[in-house]
Amino acid sequence: MSTASAHHPKLQHHFVSMDQQFDASKLGMWLFLITEILLFSGMFVAYTVYRVWHPEVFEALSGALDWRLGGVNTLVLLASSFTVAASIHHIQNDNRKGLVRNVILTIIFAGVFMFIKYLEYSGKFSHGVFPGEAYAPFGDHYGHYADVPYAPQFFSIYFVMTGIHGVHVLVGMGIFAWLAFRGARGDFSSEYYTPVELSGLYWHLVDIIWIFLFPLLYLI
Amino acid sequence: MSVATATTEIPGKQVTYLNHEKSIKSWLLTLDHKRIGLLYMSTIVVVFLAAGILALLVRIELMSPGRTIVDAQTYNQFFSLHGILMVFLFIVPSVPAILGNFIMPIQLGAIDVAFPRLNLASYYIYMVGGVLVVAAMLLGQIDTGWTFYTPYSSRLGAPIIFMTLAIFIAGFSSILTGINFIVTIHKMRAPGLTWNRLPLFVWSIYATSIVQVLATPVIGITMLLLLLEKTLGIGIFDPALGGDPILFQHFFWFYSHPAVYIMILPAFGIISDLMGTFSRHEVMGYKFVALSSVAIAFLGFLVWGHHMFVSGQSAVSSIVFSLITYLIGIPTGVKVINWVGTMYKGSVSLKTPMLYALSFLFLFSIGGFTGVMLGVLGVDIHLHDTYFVVAHFHYVMMGGTVVALIGGLHYWWPKITGKMYNETAGRIACALIFIGFNVTFFTQFVLGTKGMPRRYYDYQPQYADLHALSTYGSWILAAGLFLVLFTFIHSLMRGAAAPSNPWGGASLEWTHTSSPPSPHNFDEQPIVTHGPYDYHHYYHGDGQSAEAELAPPSKA
Repeated sequence: MSTASAHHPKLQHHFVSMDQQFDASKLGMWLFLITEILLFSGMFVAYTVYRVWHPEVFEALSGALDWRLGGVNTLVLLASSFTVAASIHHIQNDNRKGLVRNVILTIIFAGVFMFIKYLEYSGKFSHGVFPGEAYAPFGDHYGHYADVPYAPQFFSIYFVMTGIHGVHVLVGMGIFAWLAFRGARGDFSSEYYTPVELSGLYWHLVDIIWIFLFPLLYLI
Repeated sequence: MSVATATTEIPGKQVTYLNHEKSIKSWLLTLDHKRIGLLYMSTIVVVFLAAGILALLVRIELMSPGRTIVDAQTYNQFFSLHGILMVFLFIVPSVPAILGNFIMPIQLGAIDVAFPRLNLASYYIYMVGGVLVVAAMLLGQIDTGWTFYTPYSSRLGAPIIFMTLAIFIAGFSSILTGINFIVTIHKMRAPGLTWNRLPLFVWSIYATSIVQVLATPVIGITMLLLLLEKTLGIGIFDPALGGDPILFQHFFWFYSHPAVYIMILPAFGIISDLMGTFSRHEVMGYKFVALSSVAIAFLGFLVWGHHMFVSGQSAVSSIVFSLITYLIGIPTGVKVINWVGTMYKGSVSLKTPMLYALSFLFLFSIGGFTGVMLGVLGVDIHLHDTYFVVAHFHYVMMGGTVVALIGGLHYWWPKITGKMYNETAGRIACALIFIGFNVTFFTQFVLGTKGMPRRYYDYQPQYADLHALSTYGSWILAAGLFLVLFTFIHSLMRGAAAPSNPWGGASLEWTHTSSPPSPHNFDEQPIVTHGPYDYHHYYHGDGQSAEAELAPPSKA
């Protein structure tokens, strides 16, 4: 960025240059992502502890989750990560239409992810598969898990981890809706696209967490 | 610099951050780090007062065996709320949120922190946490202590939901402040201000922020899981549902042990600055003092298991945790030795802040040594959950952090308010606090070694005399603390105008800003050419600080 950007309208008064402002925001975002990883790491520790104690339970019950739905969701999220990266690429080249188009595509992919998640959750709830105390499975696919000891722990961990991940996806949808609005209004340019970049970082993290959740819960 | 210099020269009336805008909105919605620091200060003082009164009530109840003023259930709630308020709403935010907010950006030569809006948001998130704590208090029934051990906590009534939510939310405030400060220290330093020229207060805030960012999310998820345990019965922690209560203790202490370094590290920074300025001597072993903060921050993550020696964790992990606990004594010892060394051949001036720094050295050393004692496995099994532990952490938290905080408040008070305080009253208050504190808590070391368990409502008659003595001490301590409050209020109303550099300090807040600072801190971007403790640049051997010559004559 040139020295002319020192007078950019988005430059806040306490920064010297747009570069400094961008670097500061990006460092802040990376730190925030570290806190997100630690938030999830608490749940991964709980997963590990119970898996080590009851490996046979976790092996059996991962069969209760539909790997096809999980797999489709993995592909959907990977595609959304691509569209996010593309949106950043476009705005770096001052292509605002490309930005908005890819941001909206990201929202759609995220929506598909949440819809599939809804199908999975409702399928389980309708068979009495609830987290924790309310766990009382019945019916074709789930009834035979009723008497498995520590099955409630598995489903608690499943619902808590995917649930908190889902909340992050919903938050991401909100952020991208806001980005699409601001992008269409013409707030961003190759000189100033910090929110796009930061939202992209956030979204990649949400994606990566799912990349870990999918095999740990569905496959092994 | 495109600084909108609001310091338009009005003869006789200096434009400062305090008077350039006057409406209530300009305070409540301010983005100025200095005003946000004062918002925190006003709130945190109220919390400290409330939690302190609870402590006095606990002490009065314990003055004699059996019922003295309240019943056992009320007593349990009193000590729980005392702990919860003091830990989560007072001492964790205290130094970073008040002095870190106010002083640290100025010491960096910055106009503000990196994210001023986030800074204001942190304050209001903290307030939401505070309101939820008050709601939980009013609903009653919180008698878990500040540790919320399961399964007892997950089987309690509804107020525990408010309390866990409150701590979850207050944690966010802590995280956002930490992120803000790390970015500020990395990206907002003035030209010439290299890492080796940072004041040690900045170094300690930096180390603290790292711990805040890395540890706080874990208490967040712990509280969230506890909340889900309570509402949905997810069975992670409650053995009746197949869960493991020890897992909760691991999670809890993985945050709460590093959190004690969140509480004490900023105090180390204050003491370093005080020792340098009031000894007129460069802080000995600057790099060691700076990096020992980072070492403590790092090691602090590896010792949480020393809170669980008697919980049933494996003997091997107890031994490992015990050994790593000893290691923390090394960087801590490095600091204490360097502080003492700073005074050697210095020109020590026993102003009030320095008296607090000396009190800190004494009290914190006792707190630290007894900490190593408690890290010894065999000794801990004997002393676990006795008053010895209570005395130990009060020596570190109160004798360490609170004493350093009050010392720091005296030190920076002229900068913050533009007023001097009454030196005599300040010294008397310091003496009262020192005496009162030792009478209150040294007694508890003795009680602990004699076997008095912590948290008990009632006790055997042989402990009665020492308990009564401890209670008398708490009154002296309270008198000292109230005298501090009156000294500050008196200073606000009657204090003499402060010069810009009353102590002859050499860091930017003293050398390049007025007292109180202008809204944007500096009239022009400062350029740093020397270290924070190079007093000879600002201090001539004739007893006159260079800045004092420029400042208006004062009674300081």
